[in-house]
Formats: sequence, C-alpha cells, structure tokens
Amino acid sequence: MTPMRDTVFVNARLIDPEAGLDAPGSLLVSRGVIADHGGALGIPEGAEVVECGGAVLAPGLIDLRAALGEPGAEYRETIESAAEAAAAGGITTLCALPDTQPALDDAALLQFVLRRGEATGSLSILPYGAATKGCAGKEISEFGLLREAGAVAFSDGSRAIAEARTMRLALSYARAFGTFVVQHPEEPSLARGGVATEGELATRLGLPGIPPAAEAMMVARDIALARLTRGHVHFAHVSTAAALDLIRAAKAEGLAVTCDTAPPYFDLNETAIGDFRTYAKLSPPLRREADRLAVVAALADGTIDAIASDHQPADPDDKRLPFAQASAGGTGLATLLGITLARVHGGDLSLTDALALLTCRPARLLGLETGRLARGAPADLLLFDPERAWKVEAGKLPGKAQNSPFDGRALEGRVLGTWKAGRRVFG
Amino acid sequence: MLPYPHRHLLALQGLEPPYIADLLDLAESYALLNRSGKTQRDLLKGQTLINLFFEDSTRTRTSFELAGKRLGADVINMSVSTSSVNKGETLLDTASTLNAMHCDLLVVRHAQSGAPALLSQKVDAAVINAGDGTHEHPTQALLDALTIRRHKGQLENLTVAICGDVLHSRVARSNIHLLTTMNCRVRVVGPPALIPSEVERLGVEVFHDMKAGLAEADVVMMLRLQKERMAGGLVPSAREYFRFYGLDAAKLAHARRDAIVMHPGPMNRGVEIDSAIADDPARSVIGEQVEMGVAVRMAVLDTLSRNMRRNARL
Repeated sequence: MTPMRDTVFVNARLIDPEAGLDAPGSLLVSRGVIADHGGALGIPEGAEVVECGGAVLAPGLIDLRAALGEPGAEYRETIESAAEAAAAGGITTLCALPDTQPALDDAALLQFVLRRGEATGSLSILPYGAATKGCAGKEISEFGLLREAGAVAFSDGSRAIAEARTMRLALSYARAFGTFVVQHPEEPSLARGGVATEGELATRLGLPGIPPAAEAMMVARDIALARLTRGHVHFAHVSTAAALDLIRAAKAEGLAVTCDTAPPYFDLNETAIGDFRTYAKLSPPLRREADRLAVVAALADGTIDAIASDHQPADPDDKRLPFAQASAGGTGLATLLGITLARVHGGDLSLTDALALLTCRPARLLGLETGRLARGAPADLLLFDPERAWKVEAGKLPGKAQNSPFDGRALEGRVLGTWKAGRRVFG
Repeated sequence: MLPYPHRHLLALQGLEPPYIADLLDLAESYALLNRSGKTQRDLLKGQTLINLFFEDSTRTRTSFELAGKRLGADVINMSVSTSSVNKGETLLDTASTLNAMHCDLLVVRHAQSGAPALLSQKVDAAVINAGDGTHEHPTQALLDALTIRRHKGQLENLTVAICGDVLHSRVARSNIHLLTTMNCRVRVVGPPALIPSEVERLGVEVFHDMKAGLAEADVVMMLRLQKERMAGGLVPSAREYFRFYGLDAAKLAHARRDAIVMHPGPMNRGVEIDSAIADDPARSVIGEQVEMGVAVRMAVLDTLSRNMRRNARL
C-alpha cells in the first residue's frame, strides 16, 4: 500500500466547537491525523489540495445512537449500507445499539460488530454492550468483559430497563468500570400497547396512546437511582418538557445525568402521523408542539448533551401495515446534519453550538479523542455548505433503509465531503 | 344535490354538513322504497361488491350484502382469517388480488385503525369503511343519524348522550363527528378509564355520572362493553358496571320523557342495558336502527358508484 499523501484543505471556514474556533483558514492532514491548522499554512510538496471554497470544515460527526440491521435484520440494513449512509451524512463515528439478534451481550459478538465496522474503512462503529443478558431486562450482563472487548457503554437499546432493582445494579456496576448506562426512558407498563402520544390526535385516529408522563416517570425514577448509586445514567431520545425539567434539575444538583435527543423530536410534532403515516411512527412517539418547543429550548440552554440520529432502519414491509402493526423508527443518518442545521437557520442555535452537540459534546461523554480539530487528533473531518438546499426524498437516500420520517422535507445544509482518518470516504 | 367529494367513505371526520344531509336524504328515500317492497335492481347491475371482513360481523356484513343485492350488484363475501401470522402481508396481497378481480365497491372491516385507508391507497375500487379498530364506523353513525332524524324530525339542537366504552368505540367516534357537525349537543358518559383522552376537544361534554349525563337528553345511545375490557382491568366487574353505567329505568328517567334509546348491537343484556329497556317499544329504536342500516348502505353504495361513473366520464 502506498503511503498516504498529505492533504491540505484550503479556503475553509474552520469550525472547532470545542476550541471555540470559527475562522477562515487551512488544515493539514498528515498520516491520517490533523497535523496543523491556521490562517496561513504552507502547502507541503506533493500534498493533495482540497479547495473548500469557503465551506465549513468541522470534525466528523459522532452519532451517539443508531440501530443497525446487523446482526439479525440484514434485510433492513447491513453495516456496509449503514456506513454508506453515515459517510453521506458526515458521520465518522457511530454508537450502535446492542438489541440486535442476537443481542450484544457477549464479548465475541461485540467484537464481530467492531470488526465489521473496521472493515467499512469509513466509519468507527462503537457498539454498546447489552445492559442485560439478551436485552431481556432481567440479569445484568458481563460489563467488565464487554468493556474490555470494546463496549462503549451499556444499554438495552429500544427497550427500557424496566425493573428498578436491575437498573440500580446496572448503574452501580457500571461505575466500577468507569462507564454509564443508557436508558430508553419509558415506563413500560404505562406505555404498553400504545403507538402514539395520548391526546386529541390519538383519540381521533383511534390509536392506543402513550401518556407523555411515561417518559418523565422513568426519568424521575432513574434520577433517584443515580442519586442512590452515584452511577451515571444517560437518557436517550428525550422528547418531553417534563422529562427535560427533571434532567435540568438533576444536573443542577450535580448528579451524573446526561441525555440526548434526536432530530424528529425537535423538527416534527405528532401531526406528522396524521392519516396513519407509519413512516412517522417512532419510539418514543412524536409529541405535541409544546414538547417539541421544550426540546428546542433544552438544546439551546445546554440541558441536552448531544443530538443522536436515533437511526432505526426498516424495510417497506415493516412500514406498509396498519399503523399499530407497523414497526417504529426512522432512518436518520443522512439527515442528522441537515435537520440540526434547520434549528440554526431557524435562529434557535448558533452554528458552533449545533456542531458541538454533534461532535465534541458526545466525544466528551464517550471519552473519544475525535470530535475536535486538535493537532494530533485523527483526521475525521466533515466539509459542508450550510446554505446549500436539498430535499429529503425517501427512495433516493444513501444506504439501504429508506424509512425517513422527513420525506419531502426541504433542507439547507449539505455535506460536500467526509474524511475518515484522512481518507476521503464521501463526496 | 352536490356530488359527494371523495372516492371512498373512510371516515366521517371532516365531512361537511351538506354531504351528510344528502346521504341521509337519499337513505330516507331508500327506507321508503324498502318498506314499499319495491327494488331497484338495475342501479348497480354488473358491478361487483366485495365484503372483505377481517373481523367477524354477521350484522354489518349481512346489511351490506342486502343493500348491494337490492341495488343489483354482484355481492361476494370474503372472510379473511386474522389468525394468519402475517396480517399485514395479507392486507396488501389481498389488495392486488382484488384489483385482479376488478372489484368496483369494497366494503372493509378490520381490527386495526387505519387499515381501510391503507387498502384504499392500493385498490382500484371505492372503499367503504365498515369499521376499523377504534377509529371509525361511518355507516353506523349515518344509520344512527337517520333513525334519530325520523324520530325527532331533525338533528340540530338535540342533546345526545353516548354512554359506555367510548375509548374502544369506533361507533362513538363516528357518531361524535357526525352529530357535532350537524349541531347536536353531544355528551359522552362513562367511567374515566373508558373515556378517551382529550375527547372534549372533539366538541363533546364529558360526564362520569349517568344521571347527570342523561339529564334532559333527547337520545340515549348505549355502547357495547366488551368482555376483554373487564379482563384488562379497566372495569372491575360486570355488576359494578351495570350498577353505575348500565341503562335501566331509574337512570333513563333522567332523560327527556320522549327520549329514544339506541344500541349498535350486539347487546350485552344486563351489562350495559337492561332487557326491559332494550325491549320497550316506546323507548327502544334498536330494531329500526337495523332497518335503517340497509337503507343507509344502499345510499352509500349508490353515491360512491355514481361518483365513480362521473369520474370515469370526466
């Protein structure tokens, strides 16, 4: 293999949210790492020059939460097709959920996913270990061995860890290995059978509802358990004002509590499921407008630590069903940046703060050295034009899974190129 | 008469008053025709009506079958087992089968809310929702409205109390949409666990006490309480339910003296309604509801098939 040429990005708008950098300049990549950046860099002999034309050069995105079809549901998506979608979305690191078939509750299985990620060459896949064996919510899994094998943290994926005792054990045991537990915050007995947010719309459609309180209730319980165990709980795809208020208060108290949300929860509200649109059937379900606005406010005030894609691939056969029978979840890799930028264009977030939620803040949570434009850090890079318009069209998205809840949405902000460890993987 | 504005009849939510009035007027004429013993067998001659029932229902299916036959359609009944593992595949596979059969009018009953709407996107036929999950049952509400109108002379300004398991009732939802659209005062009466969330935003008043809910009502509409609801723990027992929410003479005494009593059937006697009330010819119009069911379905089939012919000409 020929040694990799150096690459110089010129005429870029360099944004490194961690350093608070937003300035025109150049960036030099040498041997896969960021060698230097600044206003006026020389171009080393033989280096490849990437003319950025004033576009934004930022750290590659770190997606805190994505379900992959592999292993077990390859008809929905393979790791290879997910990597293609991720690269097109500017994502260079992705945390994969463990509730696959079989669940990632065993070191060998976890390493299989890690290796499949490495084989893509374009995407670091950091798998979560199953918090409980088989993600069944009963006995906690081998956190130590899984952590050694590369588990980024622990979770039961889209299933809530329902029993308080199990969650207590998981939180306290995770502390011993310096890691945290990711909860799908939904009280299962209250949510059972529900497919939409309880209220007027669900009543009109005749769909069984999930009261929004099911989220706050689980968040309140787990905050109490975090206080009890001094463990670190992370709440995934938080979607209601009540839950965010609890998290805000827990953070003020100094507890180890963090959370993320996903683009549907700050871009869409429950009306997207009108006329039984199963592509907008998600878990948690889309909420009413007041909750969407609360999510936007919590992004702006820092209560939310990261924006994750919450990618859930589905096949048309999983979605072309009566609403209650259709599977929940939407693809999110290719639209993560664009939907986030809509909040920037809407005036709710600064561009730097928006990128921080997609780069350095999840990196800090996970203890990664990527997610920043630091000298010596891996050259995982994203080049995008924040103004370029495009339209989300299900059927034409990169990757296999096409079940986007954003079909037809016009966006401003398009990925022009993605680099993984200095190698161009998209654009 | 304005041409009916849709290809299908999937829901009453959003259907404007003149279209409802037209359907009721046409149904009224069919009710008279049916009573006269005459038929109109040329109207749907050569057209195929398929009754596609994913859920058992002798009453509604028979009513549509009779309506289709009285208008001269070729009527075929298809019952699809809901026990088959992959229900969804069955639904869309069925759609392509029906297209191949050149079905003109498709009557669908399904246990899932929104299933007829999904099917309507895939079939060439005009789809009539004959009850989907807990969403809507439009022809039931139309026949209820026709029955009310025949007894009360109008719909406007009547007070209608819909009582019982409103949460799981598609009949209640369609009736709420139709009756509020036609300017009735609509109340829903039942235990809190059986009243849907934010139902007042559909323009109804909520009562948890039967006496208060029935006070001065012109129409008392009882809903069926399904046994599974008790198994699900939403209602502690049948006897407690009947004591507080079952319709008996004492509770009915709070309604207007000329109030009529309705039930979409099949009844659970002694659970939501006392037999003495159900069988009282002075109060109960339950038998007439069934009769109006055929007339309303004839009107719906007639209207949709006229629509199809008009659209084919355009």
